[in-house]
Amino acid sequence: MKKRIAVLLSLSAALCAPGLVPGTTSVMADETENASSGRTELVVGLSQDLDNSLDPYQITAAGTREVLFNVFEGLVKPDTDGNFVDAVASSHSISEDGLTYTFTLRDGVKFHNGETATCDDVLYSFETCAQTATNTAVVGALSGIQDITASGNDIIITLPEANSSFLSTVSSVSIVPKDYKDQATAPVGTGPFKFDSYSPQDKAVFVRNDDYYGEKAALTKVTCRIYEDANALYTALSAGTLDLAFHLTLDQVNNLSNGYEVIEGEMNLVQALYLNNGKAPFDDERVRQALCYAIDIDGILDLTEDGHGTKLGSSVYPSFTKYFDESLVDAYPYDPQKAMELLEEAGATGLEFTIKVPSNYTPHVDTANVIVEMLSAVGINAHIKKVEWSTWLNDVYQDRDFEATVIGFDAAYLSPDALLQRWVSTDSSNMINYSNKEYDAAIEKAQHTTEDEAQAAAYKEAEKILSDTAANVYIQDLADFVVLNPEFTGYAFYPLYAVDFAKIRPAG
Amino acid sequence: MKNPTKKKKNRYLLTGGILSGFMTALIVCGFFWTPYSTTAMNAREKLQPPSWRHLLGTDNFGRDVFSRVMQGAGTSFLIAVMVVVIGCAAGILIGSLCGYYGGIADLILMRICDTITAFPAILLSLVIISIAGSSESNIVLALGILFIPSFARVVRTQYAGIRDLNYIKAARLEGVRTPRILYAHILPNTLPILIPALTIGFNNAILAEASMSFLGIGIQPPKASLGSMLKDSQNYLASAPWYVLGTGFMMVVLILAFSLLSEGIQQSTT
Repeated sequence: MKKRIAVLLSLSAALCAPGLVPGTTSVMADETENASSGRTELVVGLSQDLDNSLDPYQITAAGTREVLFNVFEGLVKPDTDGNFVDAVASSHSISEDGLTYTFTLRDGVKFHNGETATCDDVLYSFETCAQTATNTAVVGALSGIQDITASGNDIIITLPEANSSFLSTVSSVSIVPKDYKDQATAPVGTGPFKFDSYSPQDKAVFVRNDDYYGEKAALTKVTCRIYEDANALYTALSAGTLDLAFHLTLDQVNNLSNGYEVIEGEMNLVQALYLNNGKAPFDDERVRQALCYAIDIDGILDLTEDGHGTKLGSSVYPSFTKYFDESLVDAYPYDPQKAMELLEEAGATGLEFTIKVPSNYTPHVDTANVIVEMLSAVGINAHIKKVEWSTWLNDVYQDRDFEATVIGFDAAYLSPDALLQRWVSTDSSNMINYSNKEYDAAIEKAQHTTEDEAQAAAYKEAEKILSDTAANVYIQDLADFVVLNPEFTGYAFYPLYAVDFAKIRPAG
Repeated sequence: MKNPTKKKKNRYLLTGGILSGFMTALIVCGFFWTPYSTTAMNAREKLQPPSWRHLLGTDNFGRDVFSRVMQGAGTSFLIAVMVVVIGCAAGILIGSLCGYYGGIADLILMRICDTITAFPAILLSLVIISIAGSSESNIVLALGILFIPSFARVVRTQYAGIRDLNYIKAARLEGVRTPRILYAHILPNTLPILIPALTIGFNNAILAEASMSFLGIGIQPPKASLGSMLKDSQNYLASAPWYVLGTGFMMVVLILAFSLLSEGIQQSTT
């Protein structure tokens, strides 16, 4: 009875509305037109809140970076294949020796506050980013710039020595309007979506940038609802109140029954059992190799992800198509017999060690569980110690006080360098104390080569050294599941943390 | 039956006794034998619903939930027993001395106990574990210390009341040595209060251990504990409800059993 009354009321309201307020008639018509050709407003579920500051240089969480990817752009920006395409710059060129980069500013690029982007804004952005950014890799690369000048519409950057991953640094410098002070609360960029509003623990709203220089987005409005509890997000998704959710678990996806499209991609992580190469027993290459033979990667994938996930073999994940060496994937086939022989040879039978693993990352804890079970089959007694994320960062990452850990490394910028540079013996983030002269030389060579193929070969050589010396037990790039309402289409995976709303459009 | 004036049977004692006897038998059995290995994984048996082969189904690694619950309840049980033993022994010592002698030492010790109880137990144990590192002995020690005040307070009140009774005065006049008065004359008379305190403390200890393992600082995997199993099963609420239900049910029964037992003892002694 109540329902019928409600229907009647809304019906009469709809009938009356145009008559009562004549001015709204056209708007109504516009909306119904949109409805017939598909919805253009998307509701997204986020599994973590955004950072306190939305300033592009202050972002620390990958979950914030992937959303604000739609608001900010650099002179160049990555595409889905990991190439850099021109964004705020209309063209760019690199001198033969790899020392001089010239970017031509695109005409009439407008910031979301209506101002036109100028060379001054670009210089300001580079300067501010170098001084304030929290991403140390980017700051480090920017501090190496010898000179940056503007002449006419060109920005010319000079480097003291060739740096093959410099374009990725440029893409990380979001171009922002000069002297705009409210980036932290009301970010302004040049991207296809404008920031509209944000209320912590509730939602963030983005609207289409109608002044976008490139192809304009199909969606008019994107509302990101924040669910810090995974079960709440899942409930909302299965109730159909969300159109898009990402980074879901296989179990959640398997149980979703509302007909949403499930898209499988990769997390872009190098998940491995990282071993402290500087400490006994893992300072012995044979012991490390024994672990590689004793751990059945396919078994891990079957147990933790029903066989989803991609095997790695070295410190680069497959999204870096040019640099990923597939031949290393099966360098250490599952062979417990060989593992036991190697252990005996190294005098390490009855080995006992502790795996420290951050307790908040279920996939890593699960993997560690399976590893412990597999190692017990070759007589290795491994223990798990779950630690808080902050403890992990402090003890394992900074103090290097660990024997083994399961974690996933992502690339802070779009270059294999972001994954491989850290194992150079002198690098400050060389958590595993890896020290290999040939490896250092290979990375050095790759960084100072501008020729594409020679560079890829050098990186691959470095990956092979990691595999040969069994630096770590490389496991997988975890599967990433995205669920999309079938009313929409066009979700695209990037080789780094990014969710591109501009590519999503109504289906049909 | 022995007491003809009591007409009603003590149902609490009966059900509590049966349940806790059953649980204890199950747990003791679990120390020596479980239907399946508690660690062996099997990808083909993942998240199987309950059946005759797997009474409570299997978990996300294909391990038998019933076997793991047996082991997990055993782990929690052992820890709870040790916690209660430590807390009770120290509690009796402190409580008896304070209650019997009184004075300034009594005042100070009881205020210290007040201070400890003012903090939530779980918070304090978290602090102790994060400083001392998580291991089974540390958990036992941390919880044991935190359980001292509750026992000390109960015992102290009893001693303070009994110490002025005539039979104690008489014992003192006869020249009975103080330790004998404390633990042979007074202690047995505190039992009607102490035994319920013991069972309540035991239940609290099981819950405290479970909460710590739930938060990830208690028992470390792959060893099973009711708390860590509840935590793991949380991810499979929708797809494998038997995992969380089986684990939760076991914990409820374990605690209910000893609560009923304590209630029954209380009723039969008053």
